[in-house]
Amino acid sequence: MIQPVIKGVSAILAHAPSFIRHGSKPSREIGADADLLPTILAHLRSYHEALSYAPHQVFVGRIRPNKLRTLPTPWLTHPVAPERFGPFGEILPEEELYGLLALADEFRLLALDSDFTEEVIKRLADHPMLHSMCLDPVREAGRRDFGESLNSASAMPLFVEGNRLIGAIRRGQEDDESLAAPFLLENLAGKATGALALLHLASRDGLSLDAVEYVLGCSEEAVGDRYQRGGGNLGKAMAEMAGCGNASGADIKNFCAAPIPALVVGGSLVAAGVFENVAVVGGGSLAKLGMKFRGHLKHQMPILEDVLAGIAVWVGRDDGRSPRIRLDSVGRHEVKAGSSNQAILEALVARPLAKIGKRITEVGIFATELHNPEITVPQGNGDVPLRNYRTMAALAALRGEIDASEIDAFVQKHGMPGFAPTQGHLASAICFLGHAREMLLAKEIETVQLVAKGSLFLGMMSRQSDGMSVLIEAQ
Amino acid sequence: MFNGKQVIVIGERDGVAGPAIASCVTASGGNVVLVHTDCFV
Repeated sequence: MIQPVIKGVSAILAHAPSFIRHGSKPSREIGADADLLPTILAHLRSYHEALSYAPHQVFVGRIRPNKLRTLPTPWLTHPVAPERFGPFGEILPEEELYGLLALADEFRLLALDSDFTEEVIKRLADHPMLHSMCLDPVREAGRRDFGESLNSASAMPLFVEGNRLIGAIRRGQEDDESLAAPFLLENLAGKATGALALLHLASRDGLSLDAVEYVLGCSEEAVGDRYQRGGGNLGKAMAEMAGCGNASGADIKNFCAAPIPALVVGGSLVAAGVFENVAVVGGGSLAKLGMKFRGHLKHQMPILEDVLAGIAVWVGRDDGRSPRIRLDSVGRHEVKAGSSNQAILEALVARPLAKIGKRITEVGIFATELHNPEITVPQGNGDVPLRNYRTMAALAALRGEIDASEIDAFVQKHGMPGFAPTQGHLASAICFLGHAREMLLAKEIETVQLVAKGSLFLGMMSRQSDGMSVLIEAQ
Repeated sequence: MFNGKQVIVIGERDGVAGPAIASCVTASGGNVVLVHTDCFV
């Protein structure tokens, strides 16, 4: 077997406050009460505020997650250095996100205001990666008449700076609900942010885009028409946009858990010698923007779910230094395992570790659901990572590895604060992989177990949840 | 504890899932009329 390793990781955020109104929850609530829109618009963050938000700087790699424990809270009112670029990627401003969407738009769905388009093109010309792309699709979007698009009731208006109307997206076909404008915008946003992460991966870790043979998409969108809703293959669409001319691709779907099965499948393809270089890529979830805005408004906070995320991972052959993917340590949540947290963590944490002769306490760090508690607590959803870490610690106590009095110490030693925006799949363990790779390369830790969970019961095809885990190990 | 009671079960994925609560309710004599699990992230 060829040993698969993690040769690179990128992570990006795209600031998208004017897209919050298009998020699933806000759009439904604005539809029911139009008076809500001005309140939402009054609670948007500026780009500078988004840059200086500590959890965002953790996401792009400038701050280690555990450093958040030492920073004053709330992080919201204690800004850090507002850097755009970090070791893993960048925090893209909203104006450039529109340029990226236009670059992703193969079917001329977008129409943008001409003056705004000029502004966008000037900005893209300064972008370290996007400047070298052909910007004609952006120019063409600026030549289309968005006012005419908006005459059609099925087009959707697009805004910047909260409420400045700068464009529209039309639906794909008049009689196909799967190609309605809101779904196409969601899909384009996923494609564009995933492709940007792929470009950052290539620029940072020495990956030649021509060398990528397969791109596994692991996002949450459902790409397809009325006959194959969710048909997918955003993987190949992102490969094309990023310039991976020799790649094909496919998608791994598993709700929030998808990136970890995608990593395992990617590692298996490398291990089997099928492909030498595989990219696992997840783009952002537009539907989840503003998901918990009610909680934020209730606490007089700005709406914190204002960023789309993107992550890309380069899985390749052993180079003698990059962290190994231990395919013999994969944990899966079997159908018969049961749905209690204890049963899930037995399946995902304890049993796969036992299989390779490790105890829970022998793992350096666990990466689990890493949602930023500042986003979830105001809505009454609690601190999700902390709850998961405490359950892991309780399992270690049940197995006699630690004393019940050591649960808090276990959380401190093997856990971290949540820092990811509530972008579902990207908050689910994979957002730590860039940090994990750096820490494993520097031998700060020996092992990291990635533990992801997915809520397939939400699709109403089964009452089951699912999950997968895998151990990443230093050389 | 739940003898003769009709019970609506609402669980959470990262807390205690609905089916796990339903098993406990059934074991203690309750009649589960609805099970729902939600995911808040």
